[in-house]
Amino acid sequence: MQIRFVLNEQMVIVSGNGSGTLLDFIRYEAHLKGTKIGCREGDCGACTVLVGTLHDEKVLYKSLTSCLTPLANVHGKHVVTVEGVNINGLNKVQESIVTHSGTQCGFCTPGFVMSLTGFALNGTDSDLNAAIGAMDGNICRCTGYKSLERAAQSVLNDIHSIDDTNRTNSLIKAQFIPEYFSTIAEELATIEPLSVVSEAIIVAGGTDVYVKSHDDVSEMSLQFLSAKPTYDHIAISDGQCILKPNTTVSELMVCKHVLDAIPGWYQYLKLVSSTPIRNIATIAGNLVNASPIGDLTIILLALNSKITMTDTHQNQRTIWLKDFYKGYKTLDKTEDEIITEISFRQPESHTLFNFEKVSKRTHLDIASVNTAIAIETRDMLILSAGCSVGGVGPIPLYLRETSKFLAGRKINVETIHLAEQVLQKEINPISDARGQKDYKRLLARQLFFSHFITLFPSLINLEDLI
Amino acid sequence: MINIDAQNHVKGKSIYLDDIPEVNGTLHCLPFYAETAHAHITGIDLQDAKQLPGIKTVLLAGDIPGENQIGSIIPDEPLFAAHEIHYWGQPIGLIIGISEQVCRRARKLIKVSYDELPVITCPREAQKQNQLIIPPRKFTLGNVAQAWEACTHIIEGSTDINGQEHLYIETQGAYAWPKEDGSLYVASSTQGPTAVQRAIAAVLNLPMHKIEVNVVRLGGGFGGKEDQATMWAVMAALAARHLNKPVKISLHRMDDMCMTGKRHPYTADFKIGLTDNLKIMAYEVTHFQNAGASADLSTSVLERTLFHSTNAYYIPNVEATAWCCKTNLPPNTAFRGFGGPQGKFVIEAAIVKAAEKIGISPDDIQKANLVTDGNEFPYGQIVQDARAKQSWQECTSIYNLDRVKQEVEAFNLANKSYKKGYAVQPVCFGISFTNTMMNHARALVHIYQDGSVVVSTGAVEMGQGVNTKMLQIVHDIFGINTEKIRIESTNTLRIANTSPTAASAGADLNGKALEMACNTLRKRLTEVAQRHFDANEVAFRDGNIFSSDKSQQISWEKLVIMAFQQRVALSEHAHYVTPVIHYDKSKEKGHPFAYHVYGAAILQVTVDCLKGTYQFDSVRIVHDSGNSMNLTVDNGQIEGGLVQGIGWMTLEEVVYSKQGKLISNALSTYKVPDIYAVPKEIDIRHLDTIGPDLAIKKSKAVGEPPLMYGLGAYFAIRKAVKAFNPYAELTIDAPYTPEKVLMDLYKKH
Ligand SMILES: Cc1cc2nc3c(=O)[nH]c(=O)nc-3n(C[C@H](O)[C@H](O)[C@H](O)COP(=O)(O)OP(=O)(O)OC[C@H]3O[C@@H](n4cnc5c(N)ncnc54)[C@H](O)[C@@H]3O)c2cc1C
Ligand code: FES
Ligand code: FES
Repeated sequence: MQIRFVLNEQMVIVSGNGSGTLLDFIRYEAHLKGTKIGCREGDCGACTVLVGTLHDEKVLYKSLTSCLTPLANVHGKHVVTVEGVNINGLNKVQESIVTHSGTQCGFCTPGFVMSLTGFALNGTDSDLNAAIGAMDGNICRCTGYKSLERAAQSVLNDIHSIDDTNRTNSLIKAQFIPEYFSTIAEELATIEPLSVVSEAIIVAGGTDVYVKSHDDVSEMSLQFLSAKPTYDHIAISDGQCILKPNTTVSELMVCKHVLDAIPGWYQYLKLVSSTPIRNIATIAGNLVNASPIGDLTIILLALNSKITMTDTHQNQRTIWLKDFYKGYKTLDKTEDEIITEISFRQPESHTLFNFEKVSKRTHLDIASVNTAIAIETRDMLILSAGCSVGGVGPIPLYLRETSKFLAGRKINVETIHLAEQVLQKEINPISDARGQKDYKRLLARQLFFSHFITLFPSLINLEDLI
Repeated sequence: MINIDAQNHVKGKSIYLDDIPEVNGTLHCLPFYAETAHAHITGIDLQDAKQLPGIKTVLLAGDIPGENQIGSIIPDEPLFAAHEIHYWGQPIGLIIGISEQVCRRARKLIKVSYDELPVITCPREAQKQNQLIIPPRKFTLGNVAQAWEACTHIIEGSTDINGQEHLYIETQGAYAWPKEDGSLYVASSTQGPTAVQRAIAAVLNLPMHKIEVNVVRLGGGFGGKEDQATMWAVMAALAARHLNKPVKISLHRMDDMCMTGKRHPYTADFKIGLTDNLKIMAYEVTHFQNAGASADLSTSVLERTLFHSTNAYYIPNVEATAWCCKTNLPPNTAFRGFGGPQGKFVIEAAIVKAAEKIGISPDDIQKANLVTDGNEFPYGQIVQDARAKQSWQECTSIYNLDRVKQEVEAFNLANKSYKKGYAVQPVCFGISFTNTMMNHARALVHIYQDGSVVVSTGAVEMGQGVNTKMLQIVHDIFGINTEKIRIESTNTLRIANTSPTAASAGADLNGKALEMACNTLRKRLTEVAQRHFDANEVAFRDGNIFSSDKSQQISWEKLVIMAFQQRVALSEHAHYVTPVIHYDKSKEKGHPFAYHVYGAAILQVTVDCLKGTYQFDSVRIVHDSGNSMNLTVDNGQIEGGLVQGIGWMTLEEVVYSKQGKLISNALSTYKVPDIYAVPKEIDIRHLDTIGPDLAIKKSKAVGEPPLMYGLGAYFAIRKAVKAFNPYAELTIDAPYTPEKVLMDLYKKH
């Protein structure tokens, strides 16, 4: 396989299986040592780089963790490391961090520079929360982050003058990025797509595969879904929301079709991993990974989703997601089946939906318990309910009995209490790194209560429930 | 002045250990380690590993030419376990190959068999079984036994404090290459270059002068690279010497977490007695320190726990005992605060328990007992220049503690599902290595013929800004542009016999030595200028030297070349020793600290009583920095230290299994604060005071003290939990994770 991409200013061509990490390539092949290694697990952000994709003659940039990114996934793209944003003197982001003393030992710093530069390049949101959000994947052990918040504010002030019609040029003029960015689109246009290999382990974003198989992955034969570029977008058809296998969490997070009906959607998905991980992690990967606490899995279970799988002979079948999980990490799926579609009924304004997740650290952490609910009501009466909960058993659990129990009942404290008793019978948590089993039971109760307190604030409050 | 490294940091141009360009033919090494916590080794099968293409060799204890020993205070720590395993993660041998990856593959092929032995992870259990690193130590003041009678309130209890992973973002590493004559150059990411040099010399059976250790900078240390950077450098050096090839080691995060020690967990019993008017009359405390499997720095850490057992309070009758307990965990080690924070946590816990029992607010007790000049610390030092009351008063008035209390109360009355809590956290922290012998430093300054200056000291830069402070010193004495001054790496050939950069004392000790060297050089240059001007007094300013009447001037460069032509020595090496301090261990009395740093903070938190999660609303600090020579750098230390302290008290949970295996072994299971976990507001004010002469430029040391403001995080959360669940009996067991908070919120009484 020949992988081509533009690394900072230079076109590079790499022959090989494409399964080595982008991080190792940057540091040990291209000898660009500005990108650091802190964990190789996507959890520290020291390795953050920007990757630009050509879209309608424009290059759209996003931050990602290079330690979990297969080289093949950047084929045809622009990879930007800290060296690639250096100009004469300091660029605006660098200057802000220096001025506000957002760097001490400096080891995390290139990662922060890249995250904030990614924020500047994106230009979709421009408030302080969004700027801080851009750094949600970066850990700093020295500064205590306040100086970085101040730096983010100062970056924001500089961004306000950026003209969105030609953002790249405007950013070049404002000394955010070097001049060569203006010619990248043309260069990327010359790169042909990768040809697809089959009969190999499937990799989408790689955020699970590369954590799990860290030592061996560079020698494994992998099938990169990124090589099938038509695969990524979200469509609406017949009232169904249809996700393609390459749909990332970031894409789903801003999906208008869902956001319109579920106002909290963006905030819910913001609880999933971090910006650079969400930018590459796919929904399908989350489902197949089958973690009992997969956030997207829990959300899609409550939305009563279906998945369509296609095998190598192009045989297709569609099943309910809740029937997909057979036991701990065992799936109703053959090895050669690929999820080619995920669908759920497009939520409407009368669908009430809530997602709760509690983890030790609110952001960039795996849930101790997470749970979602989708409810249809008429006047105080529950017409139907779909409730799921994670972290309380070997599989991401669709609460069949609890959901059934709720249907047809009035929304009141008694219903919730009785339903909670059903829930406790359906779950079976164990003690592990995410908490003791008693805690998980208590937390499951609390979060179940929270669904109703949140969705029916005028009817239900905490005091009545406990 | 902003940290002088900042520009290179943001451009990605600063060079850390793993960034050093590799010499052709560089090999990589990787230790393999015990996967059990206590056992006899019955067999090691290296055959498959050795046969893997790319593997050069695998070294074991028997391949060590010198001593198989790296213990720095007590020789109880082998480099490689030969017969017996004492902790999960203890190195058994070293794999050397052409890449890190091939070494990792080889490691999976090594089979070690064991005869398992019983595992102890709890310090109380170790103490019961007489598993001690050293005999217990005891500090006494007054007479506790007699004092109880005078007390109206006597409260007893116990508390647990967990450890803390350093989580420097740059993992441990070293790079060694052979020079001629069997000597070695070793680049190390260490806070203690001399410790590394000494250990390599002993293990390789070489004189120290054959080992050059160089440290450019660290990507974070926090104490975790004070003693525990040594092992990796020794491994790289051993491999380099064995194969006569450059050898590098750079630990994977999970190896780093598994194999290195952490902040010491403690468990303690306390008894505190107060009078009617809330004076603490007596305090009895027994600390059980979880030292891990060997001494490392535990005995010194233990000592500082005792030194800080009464925090910022004067207590006339104290009996503080500390046990250094040997367990089957990785040897625990230095971590910002060095045992002090644990000592303070227990007294704060005792005060909070007392306040809860008496039915008052803990700050009523705290305020009534702050140290003042003339008081005696339990270790015999008399309090001088106390700033405890002043810090408290300014903190509680500027930030209006009364209003904070009212607001919290009003909020808690009005809300059921959220509760607020607050705590005031005073800090008093002694500055100096408690081991008096270590309080010395050296600096070497060369002025070159072109007027440029290069400086070497024993201080290691790890983000704390010590190099920036060194630069300021030279700038102020020579009056030259900072661009003319270069602060060089820390190197054992240039500066010998260094103490590690630790105990917050790096800038004081090395800065004082540097001041001496620069003053000597300036004196020599002054004489040249005096002759040149034929004037008695001269001034160094803005790159020029002026005669006192300003009628004559000469540029720095011209004066330097003139001095050079007159054969004046343009180099100086100075040696500084902290005066005044002394300590007698046989009596446990003396004057161990050059001075103390004080401060006070008010922390406020909101707890979500439905979910057990929390968010800190604000932390407001009044800090005693003396005459800070660099407020930018110092404020960075305060914010960073505070957040690290809050992390330790809240999210950061080191978990070992009963078998001694680290469960929180990656960043995915060990959570340090991220940008959302920090207080919404951090406000810092500085006391307007004059700093002590023993502080460099009267600017007090700042590295460790601010971490201890974080202790208040625990008690602020507890206050909020109590507002929700006032009657349940709650333990004091740090950290207060969301799990423990939820369990406490709903604990039955
Ligand atoms: C730092 C970090 C934080 C994280 N935080 C969270 C979190 O907060 N919540 C959460 O839920 N998860 C989290 N994860 C897990 C992970 O990001 C998600 O599970 C992600 O959605 C997986 O998608 P991916 O594209 O990266 O999967 P990959 O690693 O590419 O693949 C995962 C698995 O799915 C298979 N696969 C992928 N696509 C398909 C397909 N179309 N058809 C069939 N099989 C397929 C692969 O073969 C593999 O077995 C985190 C991961 C990391 C590294
Ligand atoms: S190295 Fe930590 S996120 Fe990549
Ligand atoms: S500056 Fe040291 S980790 Fe951020």
